[in-house]
Amino acid sequence: MADAHTSAPGLLDPLRRFLDGDVWASFKRSPVTVGAAAVTLLYFLAAAFGPWVAPHDPFDLAKLDLLDSLIPPAWMADGDPRFLLGTDDQGRDMLSAIIYGSRVSLLIGFASVLLSMVLGIALGLLSGFVGGAVDAFIMRMAEIQLSFPAILVALLINGVVIGYFKTHPEWQVDQVTLAYVVLVLSIGLSNWVQYARTVRGSTLVERGKEYVQAAHVIGIHPAKIMLRHILPNVMGPVLVIATIQLALAVIAEATLSFLGVGVPPTEPSLGTLIRVGNDYLFSGEWWITIFPGAALAILVLAVNLLGDWLRDALNPKLR
Amino acid sequence: MVAFIIRRFIQSLFVMFVVALVSFAMFQFIGDPVNQMVGIETSLAERAALRERLGLNDPIVVQFWHFIVNAVSGDFGISYQHKRPVADMLLERLPATLELSAVSALFSLLVGIPMGVYTGLNRDGFLAKVFLTVSLIGISLPTFLIGILLIFLFSVTLANAPAISVFGLFAIDPSVLQLPSFGRGTVVDLGGWRTGLLTADGLKALIMPSITLGLFQLTLIMRLVRSEMLEVLRTDYIKFARARGLANRAINFGHALKNTLVPVITITGLQIGSIIAFAIITETVFQWPGMGQMFLQAVQNVDIPIMAAYLMLIAFFFVVINLIVDMLYYVVDPRLRVDTGKATGHG
Amino acid sequence: MRKTLMAAAAVAVLAGAFAAPAAEAKTFRWAFQGDAQSLDPYSLNETFTLGLLGNVYEGLIRRDENLQIQPALAESWEIVEPTRWRFHLRKGVKFHNGNEFNADDVLFSADRVRAEGSDLKTRLAGVTEIVKVDDHTVDFVTDAPNPILNAEWATWYIMDKEWSEANDATAPTDVTAGKENYATRNTNGTGPFMVASRETDVKTVLKPYDGWWDAANKKHNLTEVVMTPISSDSTRVAALLSGEIDMMYPVPVQDMKRLEGDPNTDVLAGPELRTIFLGMDQEYDELLYSNVKGKNPFKDVRVREAFYRAVDVEAIKKKIMRGLSTPSALMISPFLFSRSDEFKRPEYDPEKSKKLLAEAGYPDGFEVGMDCPNNRYVNDEKICQAVVAMLAKVGVKVDLLAQPKAQYFAKILRPKRDTSFYLLGWTPGSFDSWNVLYNIIATPADDGRGKFNVGGYSNAKVDELTAKVLSETDAKKRDQMIFDAYKQLNDDWGYIPLHQQGLAWGKRANIELAQRADNQFMLYYVKVN
Repeated sequence: MADAHTSAPGLLDPLRRFLDGDVWASFKRSPVTVGAAAVTLLYFLAAAFGPWVAPHDPFDLAKLDLLDSLIPPAWMADGDPRFLLGTDDQGRDMLSAIIYGSRVSLLIGFASVLLSMVLGIALGLLSGFVGGAVDAFIMRMAEIQLSFPAILVALLINGVVIGYFKTHPEWQVDQVTLAYVVLVLSIGLSNWVQYARTVRGSTLVERGKEYVQAAHVIGIHPAKIMLRHILPNVMGPVLVIATIQLALAVIAEATLSFLGVGVPPTEPSLGTLIRVGNDYLFSGEWWITIFPGAALAILVLAVNLLGDWLRDALNPKLR
Repeated sequence: MVAFIIRRFIQSLFVMFVVALVSFAMFQFIGDPVNQMVGIETSLAERAALRERLGLNDPIVVQFWHFIVNAVSGDFGISYQHKRPVADMLLERLPATLELSAVSALFSLLVGIPMGVYTGLNRDGFLAKVFLTVSLIGISLPTFLIGILLIFLFSVTLANAPAISVFGLFAIDPSVLQLPSFGRGTVVDLGGWRTGLLTADGLKALIMPSITLGLFQLTLIMRLVRSEMLEVLRTDYIKFARARGLANRAINFGHALKNTLVPVITITGLQIGSIIAFAIITETVFQWPGMGQMFLQAVQNVDIPIMAAYLMLIAFFFVVINLIVDMLYYVVDPRLRVDTGKATGHG
Repeated sequence: MRKTLMAAAAVAVLAGAFAAPAAEAKTFRWAFQGDAQSLDPYSLNETFTLGLLGNVYEGLIRRDENLQIQPALAESWEIVEPTRWRFHLRKGVKFHNGNEFNADDVLFSADRVRAEGSDLKTRLAGVTEIVKVDDHTVDFVTDAPNPILNAEWATWYIMDKEWSEANDATAPTDVTAGKENYATRNTNGTGPFMVASRETDVKTVLKPYDGWWDAANKKHNLTEVVMTPISSDSTRVAALLSGEIDMMYPVPVQDMKRLEGDPNTDVLAGPELRTIFLGMDQEYDELLYSNVKGKNPFKDVRVREAFYRAVDVEAIKKKIMRGLSTPSALMISPFLFSRSDEFKRPEYDPEKSKKLLAEAGYPDGFEVGMDCPNNRYVNDEKICQAVVAMLAKVGVKVDLLAQPKAQYFAKILRPKRDTSFYLLGWTPGSFDSWNVLYNIIATPADDGRGKFNVGGYSNAKVDELTAKVLSETDAKKRDQMIFDAYKQLNDDWGYIPLHQQGLAWGKRANIELAQRADNQFMLYYVKVN
């Protein structure tokens, strides 16, 4: 992933500088991090090119045959070479389902991280820079937000979103799209607080510094100061949070699916696959739950390791 | 101080007000209360009469006012499904959730802090790396999966495992380690508070659910302690202490650890609210008869009075804990402005 | 904490040492996936609630292991006139609190079961008058001859008038009254067990009632019964495997092999009376959920046949139900209709299905939304998914919405009827075809007819037959009418019956019990060995 960034100097100049030198060196020094990056990259590639790499299309219901269901992995006695990791209860190829499922999970993860990041940064900047009543209001909002577990937020949003589309039939949304909207909104809206608090903290520190005050004195618009001068300085911690939040978002998606507020099993995410597979834990068809579970754990672990490394690498005190 | 407390108190009231508004809005958004209450046989005329009696034809503001007045006096209405006062039902379930939350918070502190100290002191040690990685695996699996795997191992596998013979001298029966897969075991009623802490099987029943629930917090605390230790150990006064020739032990525990505890306490305090909230999943997996389990069932049955009351109770806990933490902060460290203090506490 | 632990352990050891007659204490622990919502016997017409209460309360009649009608609180009965039934009540029966059972209790229970808030009003449908002849004789007068008047009375439980009045529980709960009905959490029946303690959704403890009128013939040997709801399938299976409970149901079909393979556990499997079927909306002029606008494709019989023939019930049986289902040609279990074997399920034929769709003007199929419960019937959501995939093969794109039962029923049932295509299950409470015809096949009407006919299938001939079936007393003629009605329905392709799902109960090897096909679990058949 880092390779891709460094090879595009013109466009991503600040990011290049950011990844240059010490950070890049510490990356190369840590084999665990390199491994985690490789695994993450593999997932991203599989997700991006899923339809071209997966042996089957698990979302095309017309191709599913119920009589192909519950086939064990290919290397086992009753295995079928067509299905390397076996099939699930509907005759879906597990390998393809995992590839497509990772795609769905990562899509929801990225979208919700993006949502909470944008929201959190904006509110954090505003809170830290303006201060006073605005600050107090936003921080109390954060408190309210924290008192709502993601599942509650998801259920509320589920109700609201379904109610909305019910009264606006011209949108013509199907269950899958609806589930995406609900998941992204609920995970996104329940995680902005951490960004906001961090950004606000950093902003308070930066605001007092001379360069910001100087910019203020020479009459640069506050919004411009925030965006041009303060934002770049808080991006480090934000990136750390975003990485860890991506891992958390993927888990949250799985948990919500387990609780029944997730992607429908006709187009399963990793979480939905685990929920469905959960029924087969005692029955001997372990591959339906173990493979997606392992796929999820490895993805989250890799992203977490990356986040860990990033946190340490960006903390100048620890270098 | 007084002014500060008053200000925070008013802000907390505002928080509760907004939560009440959201809870109330649920009644409007999720289904029609009348449909939930009556059987299919009820005629349209009866439905209309019921609507009138419930005050659902009043202006929204009036309805909201009634809702708040009732909620303040502890009346959250009657559960659609169980036909019982919601407040009573929540109170019955409260001890189970609080005991589970407290034990799992304790577990995550008692295990998390030593692990954090160790990994902080031995930054590049092999065991420290193992701790860090294992704890990461712990948070890389969804809670429900951890719970189910624990049940699979400690309830089912151990119950049916054959005895292990040790050097042919004596046999160990693995089933003595078997843990219950559901419920709270035997509970003792202490004046309305049903506790599972006083019986052997009640304590046994707590083990797996509290580990499942506490694992995430454990990782959080361990990492927090570790990073605080790392930072404190680099500060000048620790370096100075070292230069003065103080024993490592005295420095590590007498100075460094003490300094890391303030943020740890803060975070733990703030996490208790979310532990209670996240107990939903653990309680469902282990059939733990707490509020979270009841809430999830209410969701499935669209039992909105329970959902609304639960929401307000969680918010109330959170607000109170927040208030206490803020005040402690004020007392412990008057230098710290309340606002900036909390902002640094991201773990 | 350690001290407490040791103290507790010491107490346990002492208790063990002194509890010498422990060998005779037979505690039976069992689990179901949910709990009875209320202990009020009229609050909910639901199999589990009524089944659990059937151990505590009794009706005038009861059903044995084979579901045959037996006398219970009524010793005998006769039809004095075609519209007048006379019941002779059993003498010397006492409620759990010691009150005498008599005719006043029957009259009181009849009023209460028809009061507002009761979910069991239909138990006395058609009864116009109830007359107390003497203290132990009651007459029921009906508006028309009804040969199956008492068929559903095994679950119309008799309550104690004095007790209900003393505790202000004379009406089933009215949620709007703002207070709890005493009978919601307290019971006073005549049955073989009493409720010793109860925490809703946590634990219900029953103790045998020594004064039970039929104690001389009792089959159980229990001294205590503990019922725990365990909603998670895997936790419930785990609890049985680990021996924490003695019995549980339902067993998820995929786990039957595992429980059968374990020497300590058994599975009791048998056919259930419930028929699972798919319904298609034939009432709205335009489907609520479809890309076909301006018309309703299900009004075309060819489309209905195409859907019928696109569904492979044998594959569902083999793969999803693991053999634990009986594909059905009828909307009723073959055990409940003597001429069932004269019907044969039309063949699965996707090619014909495609042809029919093309003839109907949908050569490329169309889109339709489907509603499905996900916690009501055995593998309901998985069946729906399989149906979606099967229909995809003939070109029909189905958008599936699977929801928990509460939301599901609120959405699809009348009056909302917010669905185009749905899965439902039906058990006739009277074990008779008239119930099926009246509730789910006859044209919906204001008087309650066709109330569960969500799709609105309508055929005047069937309606006429339904009315005649109710009052026909000649069994042979009656069966012919039922036969004709089912035949007409099948010719119209009005519904897609899938199968009768199987019952699967799991138990430890040392437990003896009787499995009833209506899925009611009667504790007085249980023996702990």
